[in-house]
This record gives sequence, structure tokens and C-alpha cells, in this order.
Amino acid sequence: MAARDRHGPEAPWGEFEIVGKANRKVDGLDKATGAALYTDDIQLPGMLHAKILRSPHPHARIRGIDVSAAEAMPGVHAVITGRDLPTRYGIIPWTPDETALAVDKVRFLGDEVAAVAAVDEDTAIEALERIRVDYEVLEPLLDPEEALRRTDVLVHEGRKRADNVSKHVALEFGPVDDAFRDADLVVENDYSFHGTTHAPIEPHCAVAHWSASGRLTLWSSTQITHYVHRALARVLGLDPARIRVIQPCLGGAFGGKSDPFSLEFCVAELARRTGRPVKMLWTREEVFYAHRGRHPMRMRYRTAVRKDGRITGVDARILIDGGAYSSYGLVTTYYSGQLLTGPYAFPSYRFDSTRVFTNKPPCGPKRGHGSVQPRFAFEVQLDEIAHALGIDPIQLRRRNFIGEGVETVNGQRITSNGFLRCLDLVEEASGWKERYGRLPRGRGLGVAGSMYISGTNYPIYPNDMPQAGVQIKVDRSGLVTVFTGGNDIGQGSNSVAAYLVAEELGLDQRDVRVVAADTDLCPVDLGAYSSRVTFMVGNACIDAARKLRRQVVEAVADEWGVDPHRIRMVRGTVLDLEDPERTMTTRQAFHLAEARFDTLGATGSYNTPKLGGDYRGGSIGASPAYSFTAHVAEVEVDEETGMVRVEKVWCAHDCGRALNPMLVAGQIEGSCYMGVAEALLEDHDVDHHGLHRGPSLLDYRMPTSMDVPEFLAFIAESVDPEGPYGAKEAGEGPLHSSIPAVANAIFDAVGIRLRHLPFTPARVLRALREQEAAHA
Amino acid sequence: MRTLRLEVNGDEVVTSAPDHWTLLEVLRYGLGLTGSKQGCDKGDCGACTVLLDGEPVLACLTLAASAEGRRVLTIEGLMPQWTRESGTPGPHPVQDAFDRCGALQCGFCQPGMMLSAKALLDRVAEPTLDEIRAALAGNLCRCTGYTQIFQAVQLAAAERAGKPVEPPSWRRPEHTPAGGELPWKEGRPPQEPAEV
Repeated sequence: MAARDRHGPEAPWGEFEIVGKANRKVDGLDKATGAALYTDDIQLPGMLHAKILRSPHPHARIRGIDVSAAEAMPGVHAVITGRDLPTRYGIIPWTPDETALAVDKVRFLGDEVAAVAAVDEDTAIEALERIRVDYEVLEPLLDPEEALRRTDVLVHEGRKRADNVSKHVALEFGPVDDAFRDADLVVENDYSFHGTTHAPIEPHCAVAHWSASGRLTLWSSTQITHYVHRALARVLGLDPARIRVIQPCLGGAFGGKSDPFSLEFCVAELARRTGRPVKMLWTREEVFYAHRGRHPMRMRYRTAVRKDGRITGVDARILIDGGAYSSYGLVTTYYSGQLLTGPYAFPSYRFDSTRVFTNKPPCGPKRGHGSVQPRFAFEVQLDEIAHALGIDPIQLRRRNFIGEGVETVNGQRITSNGFLRCLDLVEEASGWKERYGRLPRGRGLGVAGSMYISGTNYPIYPNDMPQAGVQIKVDRSGLVTVFTGGNDIGQGSNSVAAYLVAEELGLDQRDVRVVAADTDLCPVDLGAYSSRVTFMVGNACIDAARKLRRQVVEAVADEWGVDPHRIRMVRGTVLDLEDPERTMTTRQAFHLAEARFDTLGATGSYNTPKLGGDYRGGSIGASPAYSFTAHVAEVEVDEETGMVRVEKVWCAHDCGRALNPMLVAGQIEGSCYMGVAEALLEDHDVDHHGLHRGPSLLDYRMPTSMDVPEFLAFIAESVDPEGPYGAKEAGEGPLHSSIPAVANAIFDAVGIRLRHLPFTPARVLRALREQEAAHA
Repeated sequence: MRTLRLEVNGDEVVTSAPDHWTLLEVLRYGLGLTGSKQGCDKGDCGACTVLLDGEPVLACLTLAASAEGRRVLTIEGLMPQWTRESGTPGPHPVQDAFDRCGALQCGFCQPGMMLSAKALLDRVAEPTLDEIRAALAGNLCRCTGYTQIFQAVQLAAAERAGKPVEPPSWRRPEHTPAGGELPWKEGRPPQEPAEV
């Protein structure tokens, strides 16, 4: 669908048959019975196993690598180093600063240095031990402030800038200085967000196969098949038409599989060299080092308000710890400022964000990319303002509501907006009016709100082609197959494609099969990131299905000699609205249409309209639709131990129309879980050697079924004018405000204002002691 | 190498594997039963959980040799076992409940999760929420926040006992979005078969 050709959010046949209902997923039972195949489940005849040698130093120059002893080992088939794959790549075309294996330098402890393919994993591991690397150890930069200050030590040399700044963005909108000069109240504080990582339960895995005719097939646990396809062609120096990338069933990603990774290039090159299929499966420890998780941020926020609580200006200064490589860092730096300008109206706004390189595992996009950290800081600051002015925190948020059909101060177009309904829902369900500020000491409630994108019109590499494409093929059995490049990473995007096509064609969802994320078979979709799949692939599905429907309806109308407007397709049946006796099965209708129009099929696509402010970076974060969320968290603080326990989280999310409310609820609950985990437990950090402090699922302290609070999910449907049937995103938005809601609840419980994450017992106790000292 | 004799999903299996292989390696890479997943290989995540003589164990920490002569049930065996025992073809009620409650997002942890749940329901007919939480504490899930998993186990138990289940928050009438109501059971019957 082109932007000029929008189809409204209404049901295609009067009322929805499938959309809005708690239908099964298309792949649910395959997953339930162990039949679904994930990348590591692929075993090819004669397959070799590969392992990667990683740097033991956070920063070192490679003077030489001797692989002869490894190569000489029986069972070893190939050894490669950085010189074998020296072409630089990076997910953002402007910052290609990675290589498959380190060429001259290692930039973090765990950086990839060499790869071995052998008959089995044990042999490959033994071979790694025989590779001799001559390192010249360099001073590591592990602190972002220091990295910003120092120019004598550089993480990346040979750039235009002779410092460690990865990206700097400074933007200003409206009269910021006037706002602060004229404000009734200015609140200013420092906040910090620590590093956290995705930790999907499936570790990264890739399998490569080279055919005798020189075709490469790569199966990879990726959420961006299309970009991996492009990166492979570039790094391997191959014609992309000779490469096929397939994403099998994926065991979770959350942004952690949205870069091209070393293992994908290595297995491809090792397969080319050995003539045998090669698999590489990373260990859990390797996944922690591969990271690309949430950027640690140090943030200074200043907000100007009037006595009535209306915001007049916001001024932010943010230092972002990027780790060793750029990854999505350019986008992160923009997002850290650009996505804060709703759900509240900012008459003026300024941000200055700097991302620096450090010798640590590279950061990237994690669920709520770049905007979870600022949202934490700002929503805590709003709570501080509410208390300073004596305004109820929910009321303060209502008062600043930006509205529907408006433009933000930084030029983003907001279409639908259900934020007020979200606030109403959590206020009512949590008993806020009766309980806030009135619970016994140690127990408290906190509120926060947020906004997130449903995809962005920034396509990573500039082009005028659609962001999402879909093809539909019809079988004479009545089965309809949808081919989409979209990546189902567990969020259910394949199911959404089936629901939408079934709805349009009046089919049972089980009569729609989805083939996805295979570059040979499926039209390009840019991938599962920025919460874009439901919105963009969904619109493309409706577009394609509508074209097909037109043919089917026309064929039936001709057969019956009636006007096409009288035809309805519902529940596998085609009806004449004015003659209830006249029906045929959809299958028969397909036969008529095939006889009339030739082999049936249709394509559909989606591209965003032109969006964003007219300034450099104005399109980054400009989304065709924004989702909105409100959280209330209830906590209990143990003042003896400093332990915070989140008892309940009420989360209301405006996802536009809920295409499947059960799947939306799953996204809301999963987001709340991840937010609470980041607030209290998880910490992705390295020590002064650059060594990860806890690279295992136990030490990283992921919440178990015993640790999670009760999550109450509420869906506030706003019905977006441009979303597929009015749908918007649900997967990332509901994470944002969960973290500040917990912080604000802790304040309500015991009166301590925590501005630095995570809220560990030690931090809570320290704050309680300071509180005691202040009162003494 | 060692020759192993075990009962896997009801079948007597004879296979050989290196001495140091775990039960998970034998199942996945020896027998091709890839439904049991490896998420950490050190007993932290529980994705490899299988039932050994009816009890949940971590297959990644179980030496294959120690399973010699014992009865192993993997996720692949659950539907056939249910079909055999109940006479009704189709998924085990736990598998079905997980699907109907939306508990299968990425699905990677769920084979282990469902086997832990089955072991619980074999032991306790109507477990409390606390009992469910405790029984699943060794199975990490990163997608769901566990809520829909708890609902699935409660649904499977309640249906077996013929009792009603409290609907989740997003389903309650006062908060249900337009058109959001659907019975827990599937709606329409499949299309009538016809000539192609």
C-alpha cells in the first residue's frame, strides 16, 4: 500500500470475524509439541561445527596470529582470521566499523579473533586453544565520562573525529531559555540507567550450506533476514542473488538479534572453504558478550513548569555508553531525545545526546530502543514536580496530555492517542484515588506514562522501495499462502498476517498458511525492529488480500449476473446479500476467479508517508502511528533489608485496534516483566578488567516464576486511521513506563527518591539512611 | 563411546554416544529429538527439562549414562502418549491450554515448561497459584512474564476438574475491547471437505 492509498480501519465485510478475538497462533501447536524447528535443530549431513576464539583483553592490538597448530589438528577442516574477511560492515550504512573477525585490534573482552570448523565442537574448542595470538595490550576505556575526556586513547582510529564520540546530536525546538526564565518551578536532577541485556532463551545460532553451483544458504536466528542478506553479500563479496537467508523458528530476540553477527559470516566463509555445511551455536556466555543490549545512560533533566503543572520546557543532556562498536548507535542517539515529546505537550524542548565508544560489549537496541532510559528519568522528574506542586501525579499527566491529531514540538505527527483512556484504566483498576498516598509506610503506588513508535519511516538504507512487501498465492484446495519477509520472533507476526488475510477473504484462519523470512521465497520486509511489523506487514497483507478479493468478487458477480456490491465473503462462503439462497464456497469462487483471470495471486506493500520534521534527523523516530501506555505499580519496601518487592503492576496500553487481544496482553505482560526485571534485578556490567560480572542466566538474575508480581493488562483501543484495521504496536511501548512507575511507587512507600537504576537493596538502604540522617 | 539402552517416549532405544555426553546431547544430536532445547547448558534455564521416570530433570545436567534403562518422556512424546491413553487424537490438554492461553510466544522455553507443568498436574489435581509458581521455578521464560503460563496451567487443571476459571484482566467485561470476547474454545468448525 502506498501512503496515498490508505484503506480505513473498518471491517472489510461489516463486522470482524477474526480480528479482535483471542484466536490461536498459526504456529502455537507446532511449538507446543516440539515440532517447530529452530536454527540449532537443523542438522545437515556431513555438517561441521565451528567455534570462535575471543579476545581475553578489552583493548589490544593484534601483532600476529599463528593458526598452524590448530590447522594441523586431526578433525580440523578450516581456520579463518580477520584477514580472510576484512570488509567492514555495520547495520547503519554510515557507520561500518565492524569486521567478522578482528583485523588489527580487539575492542572489548570477548571480541571475535578467529574461527575454526571441525568435525565436532570438542575438536573445535581444542583447536581454539592452539591458536597463538600476539597481542599488544592497550589501555582500556571502561567509563564513558573518561572515554569522552580522553583523546590519547582511541577505541576506533582513522575516523574523521580524533576522539571517542560515536555520535552527537543536539536539537532545540521552541523557546527553551524563555521557558526556564519564566517558569514557576524548575526541577533539575541527575538520573542514570544501567546496562541490561535481552537474554532470549535461545542462544544465537547459524548454519551455512554451499551448493556445488556456488549458492549459499544461511539459516540464522536473526530478526533481520534482509539486512543479514545485504551484509553477507558485502562481506563475502558475493552476488546477493547467490545468497539465500532463512530465519527458522526463533527463540526470542527483543532486539538482541537485530545486527548482523560474526557467526553468520564465519559459518558462511567456513562452508565455502570446506565444501561442507557448518554450524555455529554460541554458548550462553558468548551471548552475554555479543550483547547489543540497552545502552547505559547518564542523564541530566531540567523541566520548567507553571504552577498548574503545565510543562513549558524540557532540557536534557545525555551521555550514552555505546560499548565497542556503532551498531544502531546513530539511531539510539536520536531516539534518546526524539521519542520523549509525547504523550505530553512540550512547548519547548532541547536535548544534547552524546554516544561514546568504550572497550565494553557493544550496546544496541533492546525493547524500547533508546527511549526507555530517558522515559525513566523524565517520568521520575514528573513525579517530583507533582509532589513539589501538590498535584496528583495522574492529574498532572492528564493536564499535560498532548491530544490526538497533533504535531509534537519536534515535528512528529500523532494520529490516534488513547493515553487518557490508559490513565483512566490504571487509575480505576489500582484503586488509585482511595489508596495513593494513603497506604501504610513500606507500601506504595506509583504511576508513569509513555509513548512509542509503530515503525519508523527511516529505512536504514535510503531507498524509495516499500518497507514491507507481501505476496499471496491461492491453491485450488482453498488454501491461501502468504509470503512475507517479516520476522516472527515469537511476537506472533505470522499469526497477524494470517488473521488479516483470512479476514479480508472471509476464510477460516486455518486455511491461510504463512511462509516468512526466507529471502528466496518472500518479498523484502525490513525486519522485526522498531515495532514495525504489525503496522507495516499488516497493511501490506490487507493491500494484497484486497487486490485478490476484487478478482474473486468480480468473477462471482459475473457468474451470478449481479452487482459486485452484493457479494460478501464470510466464513468460507460467498453470499449474495440480496438473495440468501444464492451461495457458493470460497473454494468454488477461487476456481471461478482462476478460470477467469488466470493463476491467482496478488502482491501488496506498505511504505510510510513522508513524515518528520524538516531538519537533519527529523525522520528518525518519525512514525506513522504512536502507541501509548500508562502503568501503576504497587511495591512493598522492606526497610530492614532494602529489598523492594513489586506486588502488582497495572498496565493499560493503547495498541490501536487489538488484532488479537490475547497476543496483545502477552506483549503487555512480557514488557512489564522485563521492565520490573530491569528496575530491580538485572545488571549487565563489566568489571575493571572488562570481564562481565555475571554472564549466566543465574548470575544475571532473570526473574523466575517465583519472582514475578501479578501483571494486570488492559487494552485501550484508539483505532488508528492508518494502521491495519486501526492497529498499532504492542511489543515495546508497554515496557517504558513500568520502570519509573516502580521508582515512583518506592517514593510513595518510604519517601526516598531513587534516580539511579537498578534499585538494589544496597541502594535502597543507603537512601533510607540518608533520609534518616536528614530527618535527624 | 558407550552403548545406551533407554526407553524414550515409549520406545526401547539403543544408541551409542561419547561417555561424556549428556542426556540432552543424546536426545538432540543422537536421536534427533530436537524438541528439548538448550538455552544455557548449565542447568540455569530449564529449557531442556524432560521427564525421567515421570520426574522433571534437567537433561543438560544429566549424564546420558545415568539414564540407562530408565523411562524418558520428551515433548515429542506427550501428544502420542495422550492420544494412546485417552483415545482422542490431538495435543495433550497442557499443550492445548498453553496454545489457547497465548503462552507460546517464542516457544523456546515451553517444551521444558510444559513437561514441568504436566509433572505437577500428575501429582496435584488442582494446584494453587503458589504451587504452580513453585513447580515452574526452574523454567525461565523471557517472553510472557509467566502470566499466560500460569493461566494455561490453571485452565488445564480446571477443565479436567470441570470447574470454571477466572478470566484474565484483559478479558473481563469492564475492560474488554470491542469485539474482544471469544469463548475459550475454538469458534468455527473447519470447512466441509470438497472436491478440488
